[in-house]
Amino acid sequence: MSFERIREKLNILADAAKYDVSCSSSGSTRTNKSKGLGNSTGMGICHSYTEDGRCISLLKILLTNHCIFDCAYCVTRKSNDIKRAAFKIQEVVDLTINFYRRNYIEGLFLSSGIFKNPDYTMERLVSVAKKLRLEENFNGYIHLKSIPGASDELMYEAGLYADRLSVNIEIPTISGLRLLAPDKKHEDFTKPMRKVRDEIRRYKAEKKVIRSTPTFAPAGQSTQMIIGATGESDKDIMYSATHYYSTYRMKRVYYSGYVPVAEDSRLPGIGSQVPMLRENRLYQTDWLLRFYGFDVREILNDHYPNLDVEVDPKLSWALRNLHHFPVDVNQADKRMLARVPGIGMQSVDRILKARRFRKLNWEHLKKIGVALNRARYFLVCDSRHWHQKDLEPATLKGLILQNSQGKFRKNYSTQLQLFD
Amino acid sequence: METAKILIYDGSFNGFLTTVFKAFEEKVPVADIQRNGSCQNGLFSETETVFTQMDKAKRVWKGIQAKSNEAIKNVYFAYLSGQRGIEFVLYRYIRKLFSKNTTSTFDFSDDLILKISQLARSVGREKHRMEAFVRFQLTKDGIYFANIEPDFDVLPLISKHFRSRYADQEWIIYDVKRKYGLYHNLESVEIISLDLKEIYANSVRKNDVFQGEEYRYQDLWNDYFKSTHIKSRINRKLHTQHVPKRYWKYLSEKKEAV
Repeated sequence: MSFERIREKLNILADAAKYDVSCSSSGSTRTNKSKGLGNSTGMGICHSYTEDGRCISLLKILLTNHCIFDCAYCVTRKSNDIKRAAFKIQEVVDLTINFYRRNYIEGLFLSSGIFKNPDYTMERLVSVAKKLRLEENFNGYIHLKSIPGASDELMYEAGLYADRLSVNIEIPTISGLRLLAPDKKHEDFTKPMRKVRDEIRRYKAEKKVIRSTPTFAPAGQSTQMIIGATGESDKDIMYSATHYYSTYRMKRVYYSGYVPVAEDSRLPGIGSQVPMLRENRLYQTDWLLRFYGFDVREILNDHYPNLDVEVDPKLSWALRNLHHFPVDVNQADKRMLARVPGIGMQSVDRILKARRFRKLNWEHLKKIGVALNRARYFLVCDSRHWHQKDLEPATLKGLILQNSQGKFRKNYSTQLQLFD
Repeated sequence: METAKILIYDGSFNGFLTTVFKAFEEKVPVADIQRNGSCQNGLFSETETVFTQMDKAKRVWKGIQAKSNEAIKNVYFAYLSGQRGIEFVLYRYIRKLFSKNTTSTFDFSDDLILKISQLARSVGREKHRMEAFVRFQLTKDGIYFANIEPDFDVLPLISKHFRSRYADQEWIIYDVKRKYGLYHNLESVEIISLDLKEIYANSVRKNDVFQGEEYRYQDLWNDYFKSTHIKSRINRKLHTQHVPKRYWKYLSEKKEAV
């Protein structure tokens, strides 16, 4: 194999794959049997970080960037005039193994443009995974893209070799999809998801009876949505995320601020700012739903279709529901503690353990790691000093903003900057 | 009143546990526990040297383990931090564990317990970082070789991870700061010390102990690293927060930046 040619292909095909945000390598249990290579023990490792601060844990590449579709939001769309390339199956295998042996990566993330037809493409993806598992005895992490429209048989085979499968829904609303990706149908996305979900369920049930049942996509499924391409509200996004979490048992839904890649009248122009703050608020909401016991309707509803950019979603919820506060740190249950702004799940855990031994005061809370600049307005503890004045939500918000900093604040502040 | 004693041990973890055993058994009023070679006499205390005895060390280990798994992990991890005076702090921590009937490793409102648990966490973080930042380079002998320079002595902690991951390849991870390393010979992992003429960081200068192919894969990896950046989202501060500069010289993707 010619090194220079591989190098060129890698540059083209890694560049096109970088807009996929998922890089998780956790949640799989594939132990190293019979002195093979690699071990996935459930904990992900980020081997490096890009200069935009995202984790690099997998070799994330496209098999090819030839594509028969013309989705407006995508760099590899048919009508875009860019260099095209395609890897041979053996080349991807060699790269993965050699990177893995040097401890650069946790495994492979393989996606692809769609050439010829979905099934043909999916088959090639599966054969890379198969070769890695069977010929190279590779136990590292493999994340395969489910190609929209691929057949059930191929999806089944993919699940046998891959740790995670994902289809990117990309556009949160069906109307948006029709506008930007007229060749794709909504069912094309959901069909493979449904198949994988059903198989995971079946394998889990069988494993209960026969312990030696092999695993099927042990790290589950994930999907990704583009934010800020079609003018959808935060409510639209989070409601459809909730739908994917509950209906398809997604492990993760990723939100990706739209990076303009094309001049198109349907989309924000090149050079317009990536909505990073919005992305951040959406992830915060996602966490509140998955770990803090919030219901999506509490945070976003017809009265509040969009998240507050100035403060985080939990604080914004608390300001709308001041009647629940103050909460007594030494009495409250876990659910209510988790709802106090400035207390994260780790702090909740520590508070619950520590308060068995003594009543906690401000000093203790500070050491435990509670963000008191927000939390102190919503708490009482073993101290005679607490915030007693009943404040209006707007005043309270102003007070908190005054005493805290935010890295995005300069982007939306109405205060003019003296030095820029 | 008995005068307080400074106990001196040989610098090994088992030596430390033996010292704890002695202090408990003979009810020694301990002024400090110091490692051999870096001890400092107190004005009003005597010194006594403790010899490592495996059976006694094991009893202490088992005793703490019986309290809780969290406790033994905290003690071992915090010990590996190698912080000055950590031995005495740990001794007080262990006394505290045994003084009450309730398991109090979770009493985070207690300063000592919080400190040890935080220290153990930062050693845990360094362990995790080393699992990520080790970069093997393939030598002409077919051994995957890596130099590291971690903040804490984490080699004993990462051994299992690399053993089970790279079961079919020979590798060496060598701690430059503490001058010892691990060598996996396809069967088991040995502790080795080498007489290195130079530190084999990942540098731009090519070294002829490594295979020519090695530098090709490093080039490919560096190219890959560069092409993952999204220009409109650059955030260097976040980048260095995740990949602190002190590790850069051992990372092939950062060798041009060093």
